[in-house]
Order: sequence, then C-alpha cells, then structure tokens
Amino acid sequence: MPSLGTSFGRGGATDFQQDLQNSDCIVIMGSNMAENHPVGFQWVMEARERGAKVIHVDPRFTRTSAMATKWVGIRAGSDIAFLGGIVNYILQNDLHFEEYVKHYTNAPVIIEDTYVDTEELDGLFAGWDPEEGKYDSSQWRYEGMETHGAAGQREEGFSPKGEQSGHGGHGGGLHHGEPPSEDPDLRHPRCVFQILKRHYQRYTPELVADTCGCSVEDFLYVAEALAQNSGRERTSAFCYAVGWTQHTVGVQYIRTAAIVQQLLGNIGRPGGGIVALRGHASIQGSTDIPTLFNILPGYLPMPHAEYYGGFDNFMAANTSPTGWWGHFKAYWVSLMKAYFGEHATEDNSWLFPRLPRIDEDNSAYWTLGQMLEGKVKGYVVAGENPVVGNANGKAHRLGLSKLDWLVVRDVVEIETASFWYDSPEIESGELKTGEIGTEVFFLPAATHTEKDGSFTNTQRLLQWHWQATEPKLDCRSELWFYFHLGRMIKQRLQDSEEERDALVKALRWEYPTHSQIQEPSAEAVLAEISGWEIGSGTFLDGYPKLRDDGSTACGCWIYSGVYKDGINQAARKRPHWEQTYVAPEWAWAWPDNRRILYNRASADPDGNPWSERKKFVWWNGEKWTGLDTPDFEETKPPDYVPPDGAEAEDAIAGDHPFVMQADGRSWLYVPQGLEDGPLPTHYEPHESPFGNTLYSQRANPRRQQNQLAEDPSNPVDGEPGAELYPYVVTTYRLTEHHTAGGMTRSVPYLAELQPAMFCEVSPELAAEAGLEHGGWATIYSARSAIEARVLVTDRIPPITVHGRTTHQVGLPYHWGSRLLSSGDSANDLMHMTLDPNVHIQEVKAATCGIRPGRRPRGKALPEFVAGIREQAHARRETAPKAEPADVRETTA
Amino acid sequence: MQPTGVPAGWEAYGDEKQERVGFFTDTSVCIGCKACEVACKEWNLVPEDGLVWTGESYDNTSTLGANSWRHVAFVEQRKPLHVPSEPEPGQTEDGGRGDGDALRWLMSSDVCKHCTHAACLDVCPTGSLFRTEFGTVVVQEDICNGCGYCVPACPFGVLDKRDIASDRPGSMGHKPDLPASLGTKEDGRVWKCTLCYDRLKGGHEPACAKACPTKSIQFGPLDELRERADARLAKLSDEGWNGAQLYGRDPGDGVGGFGAFFLLLDDPEVYGLPPDPVVTTKHVGAMWENMATAAAVLVVGVAAAFLGGRG
Repeated sequence: MPSLGTSFGRGGATDFQQDLQNSDCIVIMGSNMAENHPVGFQWVMEARERGAKVIHVDPRFTRTSAMATKWVGIRAGSDIAFLGGIVNYILQNDLHFEEYVKHYTNAPVIIEDTYVDTEELDGLFAGWDPEEGKYDSSQWRYEGMETHGAAGQREEGFSPKGEQSGHGGHGGGLHHGEPPSEDPDLRHPRCVFQILKRHYQRYTPELVADTCGCSVEDFLYVAEALAQNSGRERTSAFCYAVGWTQHTVGVQYIRTAAIVQQLLGNIGRPGGGIVALRGHASIQGSTDIPTLFNILPGYLPMPHAEYYGGFDNFMAANTSPTGWWGHFKAYWVSLMKAYFGEHATEDNSWLFPRLPRIDEDNSAYWTLGQMLEGKVKGYVVAGENPVVGNANGKAHRLGLSKLDWLVVRDVVEIETASFWYDSPEIESGELKTGEIGTEVFFLPAATHTEKDGSFTNTQRLLQWHWQATEPKLDCRSELWFYFHLGRMIKQRLQDSEEERDALVKALRWEYPTHSQIQEPSAEAVLAEISGWEIGSGTFLDGYPKLRDDGSTACGCWIYSGVYKDGINQAARKRPHWEQTYVAPEWAWAWPDNRRILYNRASADPDGNPWSERKKFVWWNGEKWTGLDTPDFEETKPPDYVPPDGAEAEDAIAGDHPFVMQADGRSWLYVPQGLEDGPLPTHYEPHESPFGNTLYSQRANPRRQQNQLAEDPSNPVDGEPGAELYPYVVTTYRLTEHHTAGGMTRSVPYLAELQPAMFCEVSPELAAEAGLEHGGWATIYSARSAIEARVLVTDRIPPITVHGRTTHQVGLPYHWGSRLLSSGDSANDLMHMTLDPNVHIQEVKAATCGIRPGRRPRGKALPEFVAGIREQAHARRETAPKAEPADVRETTA
Repeated sequence: MQPTGVPAGWEAYGDEKQERVGFFTDTSVCIGCKACEVACKEWNLVPEDGLVWTGESYDNTSTLGANSWRHVAFVEQRKPLHVPSEPEPGQTEDGGRGDGDALRWLMSSDVCKHCTHAACLDVCPTGSLFRTEFGTVVVQEDICNGCGYCVPACPFGVLDKRDIASDRPGSMGHKPDLPASLGTKEDGRVWKCTLCYDRLKGGHEPACAKACPTKSIQFGPLDELRERADARLAKLSDEGWNGAQLYGRDPGDGVGGFGAFFLLLDDPEVYGLPPDPVVTTKHVGAMWENMATAAAVLVVGVAAAFLGGRG
C-alpha cells in the first residue's frame, strides 16, 4: 500500500478494527464493510450504539448504508473530488488541528521552486515527460535536501515507487532532525501547507456536488461531521477497501483520505486512523511476505537487472540515512541468512550477485500481455481464479490457451482450470479444445481446516489456526506443495555444476515434517520468519536485534518477534474481556505487537495525552507508556533534538512520531515515491461518460495503458461513439460469496443464498432501457457482453453530473461458468488499464451499455460485441476532426 | 389453558425443569449477513433449499420451511430511519440528522417463535412435537410420521414437511451426510428450529446466536431477554427511530408470548409476519362443547323422530 506507506511510513492499516468503537465519526468510503467485513463491522455498530456518526459514501445504498446514520450517494470514480472538497473545506475554514499539523506533518516543509502545480499546468504536475509518458519526480523535492532513494522499490531506476514504497523515506540532509527549509508558521508560499491550500482551492462544495452527483448539503454534512468530531477531545476514522484501490488513480484516492486525516490530527490516536480493509483472509500477509514480483519479505525491493552495479551500490541506494530504514542492511543480510544459511557470506556479498532480477514491470497484467504474444511457457495459479477475478476474463482465457503448461492449485476445479473445455470462448467457437496446446494440471488444495498456519488480517494481526482434520485424498497444503517441490528440485540439481543452479543449491531447505503425508511444520517456518541469533540459536524478540554482519537470520524483518522466546506469539488466544480492549495478548501484530501505528501521535509534542478522553500512549517522565506497545523508542524523551550527523532512528526528533519516515513527519505532500504526483488531484476514470470538471487533462496522464488488441477501450466523453456505452458500471462483492467464487459457489449453503448473477439498476434506468424486474439484461462493453438477471432497486439511484443525468449499473463479480451456481463474469466487461503505482485494474468505474434480454449465444456473441464496437469506431472516423480532450496522454 | 406466559407441559418437568430460554432478535442491528442461516444449516445438517433467484431484494430464502430454519427478510423502503422531528433553528427539516428522504433497508432474521401456547404441539398425534425442559418446542425426527397436522396449526407457517430431496424444484439433489440416528427415511417428515436443543443440553448457545456478528440474535433466559428488549426499545424510541416496536414480547398476546421474539422497525406485516397471531387451537375446547351440544341435539332429534313415527 504505497499510499499509506508514503504518507505515514508503513503500508498497513494504522488502526485496528476493535478500536473503531472509540471513534466519534466513522466514514466508510470505497468499502462495503458490513457486507465484506461483517465480523469487523461489529465495532462500527458498537461505535454507532455509543453515539458515533457512521457515514457511508458510495454509489450504491448497501447493507453498510442501511446500518449507517447517513448515506451519501456519489458517482463511481469521483471520490478524489469529494475528499479534495473536504480538504478544501478544512483549510478554508481553518478547521485543521494546528498543533498536530505543525509538529507531526510535513506542512511546514518548503518545496523546491521547480515544483509547479496542476492548477498552473492544467492537470499536469511539474516534471511531465510527454515522450516517456512519465514524471521526473526530482522536481517535487524538499528544498535544499538531496533526494536519495530511501529503502524502496526499483522497477524503473532509483525512485521508490509502487508496492516497493510500501514505506516512505527520504534522503539525508536533516538539520537537527528537520529538513533545511521550513516555515513553522506555515505562511511561506512554497511550504506544503500553502501548496495544499492552492491545490484544492477550487474544490468547493458546489464543484463537488457537480462532479460527484451528490447534493451540496450532503457534502457539507460529511465535511462538518468530520471537522466537528476531530481535535483534542474527539477522533474520526476512515475505512476503505478495494472500492478505492481498483482505479487508475486508486493510490491517490487513499492519499486524499490520508491528507484529511493528517489535517484533522486523526492518525496514531484511538478511534482515529485509516483502516485499510483487505479482501481475503491473508491479503495483508501476502504483501508482507509477498506474492508480488517487485518486493521481497518486509517490503525489501527486488533487485533490478540493470540499475545496480553490485551489492554496495544496492545498499547505498536503499539505505535511508535517517529513520528506521537506516538499518536496511541488517534487514537484508538477515533475510539472506534465512534463505541461504552458511552459503551467504560477507565475501560473496550475501549471494547478491546470484539473486534473480526483475527487468520490467513484470506484474500479472504485463505477464498476460507476454502470454498473448506467446512468450510465456508455463504458469502456476494458486489461490486465484484470474479468468473470473481479473479484468478482461476473455483476454486471460486467450492468454492461457497459448501456454505450454498451466498448473492450477485450488480446492475445486475453477474456471481458470477449465478454460480449455468449458468457457465462453469454447461456447463461441473462438477457442477449440482440440486446438489448444496448453497442458493443464489441476492439483487439489487442502483447505484452511486441513492445515496449520497463520492469517495476517486487515489490522496486521497474525492469527494462528490449527489443523482440524487430515486433508482428503490428494489434497495438499500450499506449504506441502512448495516444500516438496523445492526439495525435489534441489534433489535433481544436487550434482549440477551449472552456474545457474548454484542459488537453488545454496537454499536452506530444512523443515521438520510430520504425519503420513510428510506435512512440513508450519511453526518451523514461523520461527524462521521471526528469526534467531545464529551463534546461540536464541530467538529474536524484535527487529531492533537484527544485525548486518551475518550473525542473525530473519525471514521477514517486520515479523521479527512473532516467535519470541521460542513461543508462537500468533497462537495466543486470551480474549479481550480478560485484558484491555487493545488485547495485546490476543495473537501478535507487526511491528512489535503494536495495534495502533505511530501511536506517539496520541500524545502532544510534550508527551502528554491530547485529552483524557483520547489517552493512549504518553511520556511518564522516564519512558513512553500506555495501552499499547509505544511506536517510539521507549526512552527517547519528547524534547530530544538529534545532534548533527545522527543516523537512522537517532536522527528522528522526540516530537516526530512517524519513525519510518526519514524526517519523522507524516507526508501531506509526497516528494518522492509515487508515479502520478505528490498530491492527489481529480481525474476522470479511464472510461467515463463525463469530462473533467477541473482540467482539460481528462484522466490520470500516468495511468498504465496497453496496446493489446484483446483489450480495446470504450470511447469516452466527447468522443463520437461514447453514446453507445452511456452508463457507468461498477463491480463489487456480496456477503454471500467470496471474490471469484471458488470457495463459495461450490458450497450449497452459500450458493443458495445468492444463486445467480444479477445486475442492479434504478427504476429510471429500467424504464429508459426497457428492462424488466426479474427478467434478463445484456450488458456490454468493447471487450465483451454478459447477461444477468435484473434487480430493479432504489438503492442505485441515477446521478446528475454537469447538469446531465446518467445511470449506474451495479454488477457483483462472483460468477463464472462452473460450480453449483454459475453465471456470466462481470469482469469479462472490464478493461486492463491500470494504476501506475500498483498495477491494479480499474474495475470500480468504467462504462457500458445495457439492453433487455439474454445475450447472443455461440459465435453471435463476439459478432454482437464487435458490431457495436465497430459502429462506435465508424462514428469516430466520420466525425469532424477535433483536438481530443486528452491530447497529451501517452501510453505507458 | 395454562396461566399467561407459562408454556403448557413445561411445569411437568419438575426438578428437571430448566430456566425458560429463547431468542431476542434485535433487527435494528441486523446487517443481513445471513450467517445465522448458514450456521443453523451447518450445525443441524439441514439440506440446501434450492438455488432459486427470487428478485426479492437480497432474499433468496423467501420463507421459513423444513429446509430453512432461519430466514433473513430484506425490505427496501423509502422512509427515513428516524421520525422527522421539529428542526431546531438552523437545522435541516430532519432535525440535523441528514436522513430526511433516506432509504431504509430493513433486515430481520425470522425463526420459529417457540410459542408459550403452541398449537403445533396440541395437534401432534404421535407426541413427536414436545415441550422441552427449556420451555422450547421441538420435533423429534424419529417419531414424526409425517401426518402434517401441525403444518396448518402454526399461525406463522413455520412448520413444514420436507419433500423428497430429489423432487424439490431447483434442487441440486444435495443432501448432507446424515448421521444414522436421524433414521433412513427419505423424508416427508416435519422439520423446524429446535433452538439447538442438543447444544442447549451441552450448555452451548444456539448456532445462529453464536454466529451472529452484531448480537442481533441474542440468546438467553427469556425473562432477562424481555428486560433487555424493553431497555433497547426505550433507547431507540428516545433516539427517534422510526417504527421501533417489540413483536411477540407480550405474554398476554394470542400465543401467550413468543419464546423467540423481535424488535422490529416497522409493523410486523411489513416483514411478512402476522400482526396479531392467535394460537389456532384456542377455540378447540369451545368447539368440542359446541359439537357435544350439536350431537346431543341430534340425538334428541333422531329419538324424537322415531318416537314421533311410532306415534
């Protein structure tokens, strides 16, 4: 989560869900929390019962809205305008929490005069390179401060971006813990505070209403509620989920909320924060110990093929002189010792030269592009159903057909495994089973009840679960699969003299196994993740113990301490009613079992609680103490001023709570680490029926587009043919199903609760398009057409934007062609244009057309889709040539 | 008839009698997750009930029945959550709550009411339906012969005969692996909520209450639940919740009060519940009397006819 990472220092939710009970106001936006996180939602209900305002801002009135004290309907894809309006409301009315903003955020920092705002460049920031279609972020720097790559990512050179900047950081050059140029009074025209003020000055309530399609009154209600429920005595929280991330400006959506929360002083305090709700049981865990291509465990960057001369350069480029990223080398070397044991030595640079490298974006969608070109031989899919869950299912199925082999590991035979004999393209004749060369291996997986392990949930909490029963037949755990796969590969290569095999041969691969099937011990893996001192074998109690000389081994530095004292800390199950509500003895949270991140901010600069009501962590005269593990060095006094030349955490002042940041401050303005700008600005979605209210730059100029023939875009506002795809479409989940449905459409008790694919439309749209409640509709885009049952409901009302009324079509995305409950896949309609920071698809706001009746069958289906697409194309060709609205956009 | 609020047959347990327990379902905090439906089916091995998309909001269960012992109703309304109040100066018409023309989406998890006066129990000829020591009403599946008398007797339509699985419309033919103790009958018997009698025996709360994430379904001693419900209603009324009312809490109602009662946010009929349920066997006693009178009259008449004929 580079949004939270760049703003605060760590890519994780800043608060825990139980703490929402202490909120005075909760804004849920980009999330349908009651439906998708029903268990955590009990704490929102608790807050409501205690009198908190619960506000849901969403295109649809959902089960979350039904529980909220206020619902505000907005157009899908307009959230930055709404949140930017709140920023402007706070600043114009002087409602920010001044002491917090001055001491804890980078509001006073003065920015180089090379920075030019979108307000002056009509929607572009300084540093835009139209040839490359990218920004040169060196023009966004702090004044007088050298920009080093803080620990971070290296997809394309040295500037930290993407998931790799799951943490912030900045270069050296601090003077007594402060950047060289600051204006403590926040008046300098180039200080962050004033830049912010100018950047959002046009986000008036009227502009918000006109862009988002809500009323001025509703917007003001939310802005006022937040302002009134923040400050010394009160706190407000934001909850979001993929309703924010799945956009071409998704990272910046979250950034806007981060700005609101910094201005209101709501980070690091009880009942405050930003809760990033993660959609699977262990999605947080799968970025911490990543299934991503560009990072290694603990958000360490995956080395790039070209940008490093060697180990020393790599260290120099990644080590931040100040803040906790100053110990980058200790984290790195300890990981290599966990991987390679005695084989990793100082002399061989801890095997750095032999590590695999990335050479491009190498993400899932990029890989699909390569697949479609026939450049990918084999593909392993585990715990995912990309032909249903990813945008443009058809492109995925066509891609899979060009592989030599495909391995799918899942609990049931999902659509990704069956694409070669049961899929829409087989039905349409675009794929023929006999002509597909892909050899498909389906390997049955064990479920969570059939294996030990931990889930890392939304609030960074590692919770252990025990095996209840042996897996049946050939079903095996992921741990079993990868352990034995590695073991067998190592066995085959043991006599190899090939250079390329040396790294595999060097891998430590020693885990005890048990039971008849030789299941590896999950606890042994957890112990390795937590780490030990190599000489003594002592288990580490936390990452401050990690060393850069090869004397410690640790599989993931942020998880260090989860096996403290040789005890599985994640398996602790002391209920909250036997301890404080923070429940530090229930399971274990990274880092260092902290439940609220940056909790030093719950005290004022002098170390006293901001108020009795919001007391959490404070300075008692000798040390930091309170309800949680302090997120600060225990004995660093509030008045500590770093001496010149101080390094790492010693360079962070006693009144700067954001210890992962090089300057110890949270970042309202992000000088480095994001691809698409230091401040969020409103852009229209890649596909939108409306133009941009603010700029002639219509959509995010840096969005990641592709040139795939399989992924055409709908014409957008102002382009001829756009009227053929006139409606906004958004996808979502239902309580009754899980993502792409493999685990739920196969379960009778769940399948019966939502047994069929449907679309949600307003009575007005039903009348306009001739749709009948309970009947069928065909929904189409330039990619494909699907059919769905029609649910006519007031819960998805029409919206009026720029004086023009349009409709939104709601589509749950759980269905595919197989299992007990089957149906067309919503994602077949969606395009693969991505957020540039995290390569996430924009499936929460696109355009579509809708007609009554079932979709064409067989080869008539692709003909139908192509017919409309070509009609749109023809209109564009014959239209009088005009300068397109987004002429400066270039393809990434 | 038993005294108000005391279930028939319960007193007979003597020393074995337990505190009467039940459910208080507070719909003002129900998030419609249906975890109760699933937990119930998992615990009680209730078969899947057919994959039928109804288009009735998010309700694809439709009704309680032999194969659905919990049913979450979804009601979409154009009605503010709160009663419109006199705005203070400077406030909007909805008293500053900002929900003036709001939508409401009511959700409510329905269940067998475990009536104080249960007609199903009165009419059961086999003794399959019985009053437990906890004051609840349970069907014993090994005794039920499927006569179906109880089905029309229930004023709520809770009691229902289970079809032969493979004959059910929309069915996938799924049947759970039933333990041998449930017998081998292909079915045709009556099934309903047991208030997890087996779990109660083991000192556990019913599966639905256990699974409910927001404490919408509360399990406990009925007296305590009634007190809790009164306090809850008072709070919601104070806060101006539109239509908040208790349903089935009153021991003086037509079934002597429910063992499983509700806090609703609108009238019962909005949720598909009878507004004024009456135990259907209420008039059985009087009916017997009337019948006896009629029979006597008949006998006299017939006798008179004979006598008259002779004369």
